[in-house]
Amino acid sequence: MSVIDELQQAVKNSPRQSPGDEHPMSNFLRMDRIPHIWCPTCGIGTTVNCFAQALERCSIPLDDVAVVSGIGCTGRVAGYVKTDSFHTTHGRAIPFATGLRLGNPKLKVVVFSGDGDLFSIGGNHFNHAARRNLDMTVICVNNFNYAMTGGQVAPTSPTDSVLTTSPYGNFETPFNLPFLAESVGATFVARWTALHIHRVTESMIKALMKPGFSFIEIIAPCPTIFERKNKFGDGLDRLKFYHDNSEIIHGAPTKDVDIGLRNKIIVGEFVDIERPTFIESMNAYLKRRLGSDYDIYEG
Amino acid sequence: MDGDHACCEGALAAGCRFVAGYPITPSTAVVERFARRIPRVGGVFIQMEDELASSIAIQGAVWAGKKAMTVTSGPGYSLMMEHIGLAVMTECPCVFVNVQRGGPSTGLPTLPGQADMMQARWGSHGDYEIIALCPDSPQECFDFMIDAFNLSEQYRVPVMFMMDECIGHMIEKVTIPEADKIDVTPRNYTKLPPDQYLPFKPAENMVPEMVKAGDGYRIHVTGLTHDYRGYPVMSADCQEELVHRLVNKINRNEEKIRHIIATDIEDADVVVIAYGITARVAVDAIALARKQGVKVGLLRLVVVWPFPEAVIRDLANKGKALVMAEMNYGQIYYEVERCAQGKVPVLLAGHGGGDVHKTEAIAEKIVEANKCLS
Repeated sequence: MSVIDELQQAVKNSPRQSPGDEHPMSNFLRMDRIPHIWCPTCGIGTTVNCFAQALERCSIPLDDVAVVSGIGCTGRVAGYVKTDSFHTTHGRAIPFATGLRLGNPKLKVVVFSGDGDLFSIGGNHFNHAARRNLDMTVICVNNFNYAMTGGQVAPTSPTDSVLTTSPYGNFETPFNLPFLAESVGATFVARWTALHIHRVTESMIKALMKPGFSFIEIIAPCPTIFERKNKFGDGLDRLKFYHDNSEIIHGAPTKDVDIGLRNKIIVGEFVDIERPTFIESMNAYLKRRLGSDYDIYEG
Repeated sequence: MDGDHACCEGALAAGCRFVAGYPITPSTAVVERFARRIPRVGGVFIQMEDELASSIAIQGAVWAGKKAMTVTSGPGYSLMMEHIGLAVMTECPCVFVNVQRGGPSTGLPTLPGQADMMQARWGSHGDYEIIALCPDSPQECFDFMIDAFNLSEQYRVPVMFMMDECIGHMIEKVTIPEADKIDVTPRNYTKLPPDQYLPFKPAENMVPEMVKAGDGYRIHVTGLTHDYRGYPVMSADCQEELVHRLVNKINRNEEKIRHIIATDIEDADVVVIAYGITARVAVDAIALARKQGVKVGLLRLVVVWPFPEAVIRDLANKGKALVMAEMNYGQIYYEVERCAQGKVPVLLAGHGGGDVHKTEAIAEKIVEANKCLS
């Protein structure tokens, strides 16, 4: 039996919800905002589910978690999770999260946003937050296009992708996000697809527990636009593609994990290093320079 | 100390403990001083990668419970516009300092301007109201920075602190009172428990009570049009209720926010209206015109936005000719003209920036205005 068949079987066998039953995620989701706006078989919801499980398994109280999103389909995550949650401006989730975390270092700050938001309009902020090793986990749902605005080419769209603003195919070279993240200083870098739900959850747990700047890219189906325009079928077909074409290579050199339109996708945990965080560096440095004039900053 | 340094000290005295900034002349001295001072006071300075980042990092810090500001000048201020809108929409109390220089574009980095006044008012998209203050001395940079923070907390609105290069670099004596003599408005945190609290339900004064992240309220904050819960609602009704309140919470309190300083206007035939450095030049111009026999007074605008419409209407009703002196080609002049409703002559003494007005230039307009009356 293939993984897809197993998944379908598991769904069939899972206990049915009756109309009066409490939703299993009701503690984590703003149920008064459900149904969400995401398309059927979109991968974003899967990543939110993984995130909820990761938080639960880390035993991080939800009151201590703040989720920050930018704009776009994934930018809507902040609106559905029942933590303190901030839906900011396009591309600026990371600098908002920077202020939030520095303002209150007790918060567990998670940026949950899309590839266009984080790496096109917001690209510079990613670089600097990683360079500073600010304490935050950045989760990027990469669906290879600007889906909210109807499917425009993104800096992550593989070469040859057909999108509304690359109608003859994309002739640009896309970002290799893990390579970028490693080169600007991220201390933890992983990539999975929305098929790898347990591994996504495991990586999220590691990222959440790790001090410093951690980054997870999750490649997710966009059935309405990216898959349709590039003839990948629907979301389930795309999961099958991920299953047949992804290869797990932990510790793979990130320069080798770029993504082609129909090529193999290298997934895994690529980077896991130790580096002092921004606040650790600030406290150590200023204490050394100012001595008793400086009180260790705790918020 | 100079105005930039006094501005920094005023922010510290007002309780500001987080600054995110990006270097730009002539405002940089404010953040340089903050970077030196803050480790000994307890707080954070971070030099961000650009002004887009600075202007939203401060809002993250505010939601974490800090009082926060960013500091910039012309081109940086242009980059911050979107986040002024975000602060308006999310009712995030914070202060934007703009040490104005000559524009447009890179303009005159080291020379003064007052041509960002309309940008302060309308620079972000959408309809909204903010508060803008214009100091005219280093002492006022200290004193009115405290007002700026207090007003931002009282009305949950971004406050624009509109200095200019002259005031920023002018060195004068600044008296800093004892800490217990300084009136600081604390953030208005709700006393309601999470199950009864609605983050955007207006309380008294049309301003909602606040909470901060990590306090268990699990709020949602969005730049989208939202209801009392903070949840997005895409409807004209919700838009009307929200945006109308955001506008009215400032406009309807204009009289309370108002800060004008009137000198010798009771018996005056002509009133000069000015703000910032230009108000100081106007004092000399008024003395010069009085020597020539013109009865002239000064109306100095400390709070320029919201605009004191009733005050100008009153001057016009009393038949006083008005001279607007400012370092631009009529940004506040047209506001004055609008409020005068054609009842009295309104003249502009304006220029494009780069230097303060020549005293004679304003004096000539005073004399000309006086002639218009007769």
